[in-house]
Amino acid sequence: MNWQPVILWTDALVWLLTAVVALLLLLKSPHGQLHGASLRLRQMPVAMTTGLVLSVFIAIALLDSLHYRAVLPAHPGSPRQYSVEVSSVLDDILRPLREHKEKTYSAPLATHLYVKENVTLPDGKIARVYPLLRIDNMRLQTGSNDIAHRVARGIFLGLAFAALVAGLAAAWLMGRRRCGIAELSRRLAAADDGLPWRSMLLTVALLSVLTAVMAELAGAFHVLGTDKIGQDVLYETLKSIRTGVLIGTLTTLIMLPFAVLLGISAGYFGGWVDDAIQYLYTTLNAIPSVLLIAAAVLIMQVYIEMHPGMFDSAAARTDFRLLFLCLILGVTSWTGLCRVLRGETLKLRELEYVQAARAFGVSDGRMMLRHILPNLYHLILISVVMDFSGLVLAEAVLSYLGVGVDPAMQSWGNMINAARLEMAREPVVWWPLAAAFSLLFVLVLAANLFADSVRDALDPRGRQR
Amino acid sequence: MIRYLIRRLLYALPILFGVNLLTFLLFFIVNTPDDMARMHLGTKHVSAEAIAHWKIAHGYDKPLFYQPAAHGSSKLTDTVFFDKSLRMFALDFGQSDDGRNIAREIETRAGPSLEIALPVFVLGLLTNISFALLLVLFRATYLDRFGVMLAVALMSISGLFYIIAGQYFVAKLWRLVPISGYVNGLDSWRFVVLPVAVSIVAGIGGGSRWYRSIFLEEMGKDYVRTARAKGLSEWRILFRHVLQNGLIPILTGAVVVLPLLFMGSLLTESFFGIPGLGSYIIDAIQAQDFAIVRAMVFIGSVLYIVGLSLTDIAYSWADPRVRLS
Repeated sequence: MNWQPVILWTDALVWLLTAVVALLLLLKSPHGQLHGASLRLRQMPVAMTTGLVLSVFIAIALLDSLHYRAVLPAHPGSPRQYSVEVSSVLDDILRPLREHKEKTYSAPLATHLYVKENVTLPDGKIARVYPLLRIDNMRLQTGSNDIAHRVARGIFLGLAFAALVAGLAAAWLMGRRRCGIAELSRRLAAADDGLPWRSMLLTVALLSVLTAVMAELAGAFHVLGTDKIGQDVLYETLKSIRTGVLIGTLTTLIMLPFAVLLGISAGYFGGWVDDAIQYLYTTLNAIPSVLLIAAAVLIMQVYIEMHPGMFDSAAARTDFRLLFLCLILGVTSWTGLCRVLRGETLKLRELEYVQAARAFGVSDGRMMLRHILPNLYHLILISVVMDFSGLVLAEAVLSYLGVGVDPAMQSWGNMINAARLEMAREPVVWWPLAAAFSLLFVLVLAANLFADSVRDALDPRGRQR
Repeated sequence: MIRYLIRRLLYALPILFGVNLLTFLLFFIVNTPDDMARMHLGTKHVSAEAIAHWKIAHGYDKPLFYQPAAHGSSKLTDTVFFDKSLRMFALDFGQSDDGRNIAREIETRAGPSLEIALPVFVLGLLTNISFALLLVLFRATYLDRFGVMLAVALMSISGLFYIIAGQYFVAKLWRLVPISGYVNGLDSWRFVVLPVAVSIVAGIGGGSRWYRSIFLEEMGKDYVRTARAKGLSEWRILFRHVLQNGLIPILTGAVVVLPLLFMGSLLTESFFGIPGLGSYIIDAIQAQDFAIVRAMVFIGSVLYIVGLSLTDIAYSWADPRVRLS
């Protein structure tokens, strides 16, 4: 084996979360409130298109969560040595982006560096010019072509892929609905086939064209330019996706058990249990969350510095910090859901069916699990999707404040932080900032719209509005 | 009323004590004073004497909870917990780790913070309510749909973007106001206007969408139908009846944050170089000055509890059906 798998803590958790979600999707019961909601959700064009966009982000984050250490070129006779650098499957896919490093800044699609350098001309004189990019040198050697050509080829490839997807989907639909191509196109044109196929296809086409054009251009250019140390900005923004998505999901995963358990117990048992839990969340709420996060992260920093032996690689250290950030964000954010669940449980407890179950002698634990919890699913789900975008945005702010993820980790907050100085430069370096903000915006917008749809589908009262 | 306030105060004490205990646990148990000293003096090549000296200079050399060497009640009072945590109840914040008086620092910094936070609060509320009313007036039209989409887009943009874009275009490119800084006195408006404007714009998306849903809920109520049946114009219904009733949840919701305005805004103040409490916190975080962070945590939670009580009072004032109990 010429690689060694590395399972970081966050990797394990995110894959566990994926497995749980997949299991829930497979096992979902054909009845019940969630089923109706998922049917409604499937008919919403906004939900399905934003869902597709979100799944692309999540797929990238998952690919970036498969880590390994490559084997080093061995001397004969010496034992096998693995590289200290931990890379991921996404790094492999993006290898060309990662390896074409420049000296420093270069603008998007530029052919020359953004700063002048002393260059020795062939006749021995020294001139101060914008040197050619390394990636451009390579392009000249291979004699490959211009931007327009590559964009055209990208669009063609993207559309071809979209057409392939459309064809497969159509064949599947015809088989399933047992109808001919004419009937199917009539139904799709009238948009009465359950899923919003047209919007979904449009999204797939848009995404695949974008990807193909980027991929084509990336072979010969830095599509989004390079940053201060000459690293490709496109690579950096794509790597940042994992950080953002993980903070948005793992935080919820960590806080969910506490919020659900405490919320239901407070509402169900009442009395001193309720008092104690209410005291706990009022106290936690009273502390300004930024300060609590800052304090906790500072203390964790001290802890890491005092125990350097605990982490065998830089990746493990940054990963520990990310996990800790999720944990502390969870501590500050579970109170809202807990309060909602407590209130709803108070209401459910008085309903007749619960009274009836109690009369039959159902135990407390079973009551909460079988009769209360299923009626809270929709609130939990709404809270999970609504929190996601807020958490992703919070990461950027916290990293800017210096209490977010490790400065060595690729994240949008760190990119924005670095870009502060770049905006003060003359001439201004705008592309790392623009790239970070655009991807952050697309992810958060998609998450917001998706969350709205989920709420509409799940909350019958909200739907009437 | 007085009885309510007293009860509220008694209720607040255990919460403040809890906050205090929690911060104490974080700052002194998880992370011992020795760690703190090493952090400040540098992790390597630090002698034990230097650490002990630092601890004495900052008052961290006492035992945490119990002082066996002392007599009588000072067995409990001559400890770090009493000195650093319980004293805060008497608003005695002591000195920051770099030796300055925290209370005085807070006094001088509250002014600039309020100068930004108050206009943002008032003007932001007005802007959001107007925007929400506009959307409700044109509800179920393309204008409404466009407005809601705009609001979702606006709230999906990072707050950092508004600040950086505002600073770049307004201050750097068009040179309308200084990029950052602050002066005391009347002339400070030039430094304040951009942060205020940026904060208001950043809040429009979320705020107006929320207020719109409150107004829409009011629109569905019976009294609105009655008003319509009476033949009142849509305009009059909206501005006389719906606005008044909708303002109750909006204003009472806003009262919670009123005391917290003192704390200022972390991001805005640090980007615009305003010497307020927000930037004080940031500087403390970056300098790892735990004494300041602890004091600000305490003040923040006091203000939060004041805000909660004010909300209840505001509710009973705005809606006679609600009574304080």
